[in-house]
Amino acid sequence: MTTTYILRGVRPLGGEPADVVLSGERITHVGAPGTGGAAAGGGAASAPSSGTGPDRGADAGAGVVEIDGGDRLVLLPGLVDLHTHLREPGREDAETVWSGTRAAAAGGFTAVHAMANTTPTQDTAGVVEQVWRLGKDAGWVDVRPVGAVTVGLGGERLAELGAMADSAAGVRVFSDDGKCVHDPVLMRRALEYVKAFDGVVAQHAQEPRLTEGAQMNEGVVSAEIGLAGWPAVAEESIIARDVLLAEHVGSRLHVCHLSTARSVEIVRWAKSRGVDVTAEVTPHHLLLTDERARSYDARFKVNPPLRTREDVEAVREGLADGTIDVVATDHAPHPVEDKDCEWAAAAFGMTGLETALSVVQQVMVDTGRMTWADVARVLSAAPARIGRIDAGPGAHGRPVAVGEPANVTLVDPAASRTVRGTEQVTASGNTPLEGMELPGTVVATFLRGRATVLDGVPVDGAIATEGVPA
Amino acid sequence: MRHLLSTADLAKDDAILLLDTAAQMAATQAREMKKLPTLRGRTVVNLFYEDSTRTRISFETAAKRLSADVINFSAKGSSVSKGESLKDTALTLHAMGADAVVVRHQASGAPHMLAHAGWLDAAVLNAGDGMHQHPTQALLDAFTIRRHLVGGGSDAGTEGTDLAGLRVAIVGDVLHSRVARSNVRLLHTLGARVTLVAPPTLLPVGVETWPCEVSYHLDETIERAKPDAVMMLRVQRERMSGGAGGAFFPSAQEYSRKFGLGSRRLARLPGHAIVMHPGPMNRGLEISADAADHARSVIVEQVANGIAVRMAALYLLLAGNDAGAGSVPNERTSL
Repeated sequence: MTTTYILRGVRPLGGEPADVVLSGERITHVGAPGTGGAAAGGGAASAPSSGTGPDRGADAGAGVVEIDGGDRLVLLPGLVDLHTHLREPGREDAETVWSGTRAAAAGGFTAVHAMANTTPTQDTAGVVEQVWRLGKDAGWVDVRPVGAVTVGLGGERLAELGAMADSAAGVRVFSDDGKCVHDPVLMRRALEYVKAFDGVVAQHAQEPRLTEGAQMNEGVVSAEIGLAGWPAVAEESIIARDVLLAEHVGSRLHVCHLSTARSVEIVRWAKSRGVDVTAEVTPHHLLLTDERARSYDARFKVNPPLRTREDVEAVREGLADGTIDVVATDHAPHPVEDKDCEWAAAAFGMTGLETALSVVQQVMVDTGRMTWADVARVLSAAPARIGRIDAGPGAHGRPVAVGEPANVTLVDPAASRTVRGTEQVTASGNTPLEGMELPGTVVATFLRGRATVLDGVPVDGAIATEGVPA
Repeated sequence: MRHLLSTADLAKDDAILLLDTAAQMAATQAREMKKLPTLRGRTVVNLFYEDSTRTRISFETAAKRLSADVINFSAKGSSVSKGESLKDTALTLHAMGADAVVVRHQASGAPHMLAHAGWLDAAVLNAGDGMHQHPTQALLDAFTIRRHLVGGGSDAGTEGTDLAGLRVAIVGDVLHSRVARSNVRLLHTLGARVTLVAPPTLLPVGVETWPCEVSYHLDETIERAKPDAVMMLRVQRERMSGGAGGAFFPSAQEYSRKFGLGSRRLARLPGHAIVMHPGPMNRGLEISADAADHARSVIVEQVANGIAVRMAALYLLLAGNDAGAGSVPNERTSL
């Protein structure tokens, strides 16, 4: 039996308050405040509502749960992450599909694209189906595996892209993330080949020769603190090459975690020429600069590296004006020992699933640079479209409208919280935001009408009934 | 002063106190009985992740001359490649009751981690970390410069003085050099004017923000800046091959022609100028035998001064706090 949820006084995409009813995997009603109870069949219309949050008292009798939004909570389409590292198979000490997708739900996501750098690599139909199935069994979000472009991320020969596309996992996004497909001929072939199944190559733009041994952004800070530099041009030169290749062969290109001002310029220029290119930026590149490296705290070590203040401003501008299509987390969990060590020995990457929305709110919404409708675009509609999961019965990134799949997220923009790595839902605590106070919390997440998060807490019981290990 | 991690952390008064204390230490080293009781009962650990016999011996000698117990801990390899993590090593040293840890590490920032990660409460003395800092090297360089160019060859009368107005040229592989980074900060703090001389490939992006001048031409610098001291940096042979990052200059011969110090360039330096090198030298590459062994070379003396400076640093870190900041009243008699 599925529960019907009446969301009273919520603001779809930050607009005027409305009542929204989720029933039987779909959004069945969007109407003026006060209309929700009747629309849900009147079962819970008389139930007392006690402030914000689900009224569990109403749940017992009728299979109807009310959530009072207080005319304050913002209702967004379920968030879609185009760039998540779930680490399984291979690095279950850092994260599993179960723990990572649970963290994703807590962060408001209903779908994630699981990056290919697992062990073994997601470069065959078998491995992508394994990851897809683990995601399905966990049930927290829809897991769409990303397929490796080249065998073993080796950059030498194409993986069986067609087999991965045709598999049950239905792969549409291909990436050697962490490694760059730097061989220009190989990149050209990949761009061309995936056209056959409407795929996209998501490039981690990093010229390898310019970044051998690189530890952080190359500039004033790296010169002073003596860490080998990762020059901006190593990213920009690959993006420039790739947009020209994509134009030449008429293919779809996605630029992963773009981080520099000139990268934004190059993508803007390419779009103005009509190149079919999309780009993503991470929350950390929207917020933090390379000044953080002065602490030698390896929680700030990430690839691409944190850049300068000018770069941060440029990616914010690029996101606001639509040059950058997507905010993607690049959620990269690592066990403590891989971060609690000298910088050069530490792993690259930081967690992000549970803080992404808050960072976007702080940097873009609370500053007036974007609306909540824009947030829905960059964190849901656009990534769903790029990943080709925006159509069909369980589609993501859809409007909040009657008849759409009930993949939605309820956010309290007025709340705030202090980030603590040890309190994160993800299995790893490596957040660069430790101790920071961020605005906005996820109150509830619904995956096809089923609550995966209520009261800001993952709904473990509901999932466990579906056979997930405790 | 709790730790000595970077010359960028040293205010002018701190730096002068270190130099003055080093002068006192140096005076004791002229005696027949060189050993002082100052750090009796204290434990100094030399934690060396890189081979550096010279620096380790210098620190070991300094600590022993102050009567500290010295433990040498040589740990090759990083936490990733081999064995114990930096954290576990630090916890071990803490459990053993180390009062000071002298650390040499190939990773920039490793001493910073030891000092600030909460793993141990010993004083941390940076003996060279990656491409970052090597503060006692810069202090011994400044000490040597002060003795020769302020004191006329003696420490007498140099107490409390800085290096105002002196011109120092630092020549060579600045990009990879913790010695250059340490010296630029310290010499600037002490009032000297520094010119870095290197091919553009061996200068870091961002050097333009450093408190110094930059030149690509050694001859031009000798003519225009008329340096009072010339510090030649070691050029590692691997910089000439195509390893990580590729070759930084075409050949040893070309480097030597354009940036090496030989008798010809030596003759064009001001008459009082001194020649310095942190060692170990590549004779025939960055410095000729003529220049290295010349009467104006103070390279061997730098080694001796290294002991005095390290004694001063250990003293101020371990005993200085007991004696009160900024002075050494109780110990002065025993010096």
